Amino acid sequence: MFGYYLDMALRSLKRNRVLTGLMVLALALGIGASMTTLTVFASLSADPLPEKSSQLFYVQVDPYPKNEPFSRSGKLPWLMSYIDAMNLLHAGRAERQAAMALSKVKLTPENAQQRPFFSDGVMTTADFFGMFDVPFQYGSGWSAGDDEARAKVVVIAGLLNDRLFGGANSVGRILRIGDQAFRIIGVLRPWAPQPHFYSLYLGGRDYGAGDAVFLPLQSARAIGQMPINLFSYAAGDKQKLETAPSTWLGFWVQLPNTEAASAYRSFLGDYVRQQVALGRFQRSDAGLSSLMQWLRDQKVVPDNVRVQMGMAFSFLLICIVNTVGLLLAKCLRRSAEISVRRALGASRAAIFMQFMVEASLVGMAGGLLGLVFAELGLWCIRRQPAEYASLAQLDVRMFVSTFAVALVASLIAGILPAWRACAMAPAPQLKSA
Amino acid sequence: MEIRPILASLRKHRIPTLLIVLQIALACAVLCNAVFMIGKRVSDMHLPNAMDEAGTVVVNVQGTDEKLVAADIPRNLAALRGIAGAQAVSVVHTMPLSRNNWGWSFGLTPDAPVSDPNNLNVTLYFAGENADKAMGLQLRQGRFFNAEEYADSKVDGGAVPSTHVMVVTETLAKKLWPGQSALGKTVYSKPYYFTVIGIVADVLRPYTFALDHDRSYYDIFLPVAPDAVLHEYILRGAPADRERIAREAVAKLQQLNPQAVVKGQTYQSIRDQYFANSQSMVWILVLVCLVMLAVTAFGIVGLTSFWVSQRRRQIGIRRAVGATRGDILRYFRTENFLLSSAGVLIGMVLAFGINLYLMQHYELERMPWYYLPGGALTLWLIGQLAVLGPATRAASVPPVIATQST
Repeated sequence: MFGYYLDMALRSLKRNRVLTGLMVLALALGIGASMTTLTVFASLSADPLPEKSSQLFYVQVDPYPKNEPFSRSGKLPWLMSYIDAMNLLHAGRAERQAAMALSKVKLTPENAQQRPFFSDGVMTTADFFGMFDVPFQYGSGWSAGDDEARAKVVVIAGLLNDRLFGGANSVGRILRIGDQAFRIIGVLRPWAPQPHFYSLYLGGRDYGAGDAVFLPLQSARAIGQMPINLFSYAAGDKQKLETAPSTWLGFWVQLPNTEAASAYRSFLGDYVRQQVALGRFQRSDAGLSSLMQWLRDQKVVPDNVRVQMGMAFSFLLICIVNTVGLLLAKCLRRSAEISVRRALGASRAAIFMQFMVEASLVGMAGGLLGLVFAELGLWCIRRQPAEYASLAQLDVRMFVSTFAVALVASLIAGILPAWRACAMAPAPQLKSA
Repeated sequence: MEIRPILASLRKHRIPTLLIVLQIALACAVLCNAVFMIGKRVSDMHLPNAMDEAGTVVVNVQGTDEKLVAADIPRNLAALRGIAGAQAVSVVHTMPLSRNNWGWSFGLTPDAPVSDPNNLNVTLYFAGENADKAMGLQLRQGRFFNAEEYADSKVDGGAVPSTHVMVVTETLAKKLWPGQSALGKTVYSKPYYFTVIGIVADVLRPYTFALDHDRSYYDIFLPVAPDAVLHEYILRGAPADRERIAREAVAKLQQLNPQAVVKGQTYQSIRDQYFANSQSMVWILVLVCLVMLAVTAFGIVGLTSFWVSQRRRQIGIRRAVGATRGDILRYFRTENFLLSSAGVLIGMVLAFGINLYLMQHYELERMPWYYLPGGALTLWLIGQLAVLGPATRAASVPPVIATQST
């Protein structure tokens, strides 16, 4: 029976080629636009570390004086002061913990032909690599002892290793940072979590290429590396970052399960109350947000992307309404044909099926063409100047959902006409015809 | 034109009627908001910026030895002055629309601390000698800094230079001292204070503010002697020379500072980069609007065509009993007008609702009222254009059809 419906649907669609073409084109445009924007949105709001994110938490405390609050709406400061970061680091109450800031790092190649250049650097502490599952190509990260000893060691990204050492194992070689020599102890495999969850508010990109140079925090500070972002409220703070109450560090902890998380939460509460008692803090609020919560709260996906997605889906809705209207008009015009089929014994269900098959054919064709439009749309997005441009890629999941969206859209569009068709009483139509 | 028969016929085709009205309503709502967002971004991109945008070249020099700047900067400037076509050269810390902001908050009373809630946050532009000429600033009142004021002002790793004079923009002067002359007035941020000696035409901040365009002009210029914070060398020349000047300046500075990282670009490219995202957003919105209107128009064409072919017999009868071609044409156009009117009425309400939603969730202002009738008018016109083809075909139905049996 299905083959018969298919044949009928194809004949019906062929009878009005232009109209069928317009329906398919409109649906395809709607689907293409929606899938383009949905793909961008999905890749921007994705989980940057799917295996680990549920264990990672961002910590916030508020060292600001009462009469000079960080925010008048009671928000906690985004970043942490050095004193608090070190207190929490040394307390070591989480499975792993690390403080971090971004810094522009000037590198001078050994090769005198190559000019010095700036690279995206991360100043952080030993647990960074283990906590974020950073993959190493050669060597490894540094130890807490290296942190304390202000060891001049450095971990570099694979891309930088390719540029400076032609991709060879450079562990043990020297990297000149500013006018200082640092020993390379690790080379990373390509690593760029999207979004760059750890660099929010630290002054880096939210998406795109990963950072290139990873330095022990104290060693970097010892050679005068400055954080890119710095929130301070006193004029001279820049010269005494380690003692001033200015905030410039992000602090992450790894807590393997909910017991550990609640234990850490209560430890954090105790810490903050203790700081209030010492007179350092005025506020006893603290924040412990899971990674995905932190990304959601900070609205890391750009507004433009959300607005574009809203536009595209409204457009798809218009296209669906359009298709419903046209299918319905077509079906009403075929009332004579339907009546004959009904009079010859076709059940209502059979008529309904026939029209749904016709609608889903339009949907499949729209989906197929929509996929072409989506690829075209994503190709255009990749040529945009936005930092997330390179992430606009159609994956299998989106490929499948394009067809799901197309089919659902066309079936929704088909229900009303099909229902009208099967509800038609055959007699009066036959009489007038 | 009698509209009762039209309404009667629409009532018979309730569902298609509702669908076309719904489609027009949705299109109207999306169109109003999209055009509003396009207009907003275009107006952001055209914010005036009273400097010589076309003729300025900016060369960024970083990674030099900070202890040597007092000697390096005058030497670098002297070398840049030697470039053919460079009419003025200077060094500053940041440029308008560069996204590199040095902000500070000031009050109007001597005891105002920096965090006072009534303070105004402004951008500090640290100006090296001749920065006014190199940027092409337009002095409106008072004067720019003299050699002594430049020489006396140090930053030395602090937050604010040690000078006590400043030049403000017209908008900031009006904001701080409405209805008064700003010359000689002082702003405070304990223990700092600065007195206005000059007023320049509005120059943009490193960031613009979409919701409050005035805020995009809250900046003050402060004189600064050669200092480590100054690393943007600016050269001004004829717009036709700017690429060559940029190239020569980079080569010269690289040669003088072999350890430095030197990057040169025209000011125009700084501006283009700042607005690149807005620019692409505008194109995307325009594209979506056009395609959406086309789909709506085709929907109207398709549906009206069906109605026309469905009613060929009735049209023939009407023609046979004396209706002119014009009458038939008018019938379909009036029908379309009624559908569009219902659609845009719902659409305008919907557009207003969407705008309220966007205002709550995104950085967007209330849509001015005239966008609503504007969107409505557009859809009316598109409806009339779309219906023209099918209506003409209807009008050409010969009366003889009435005598034929279907």
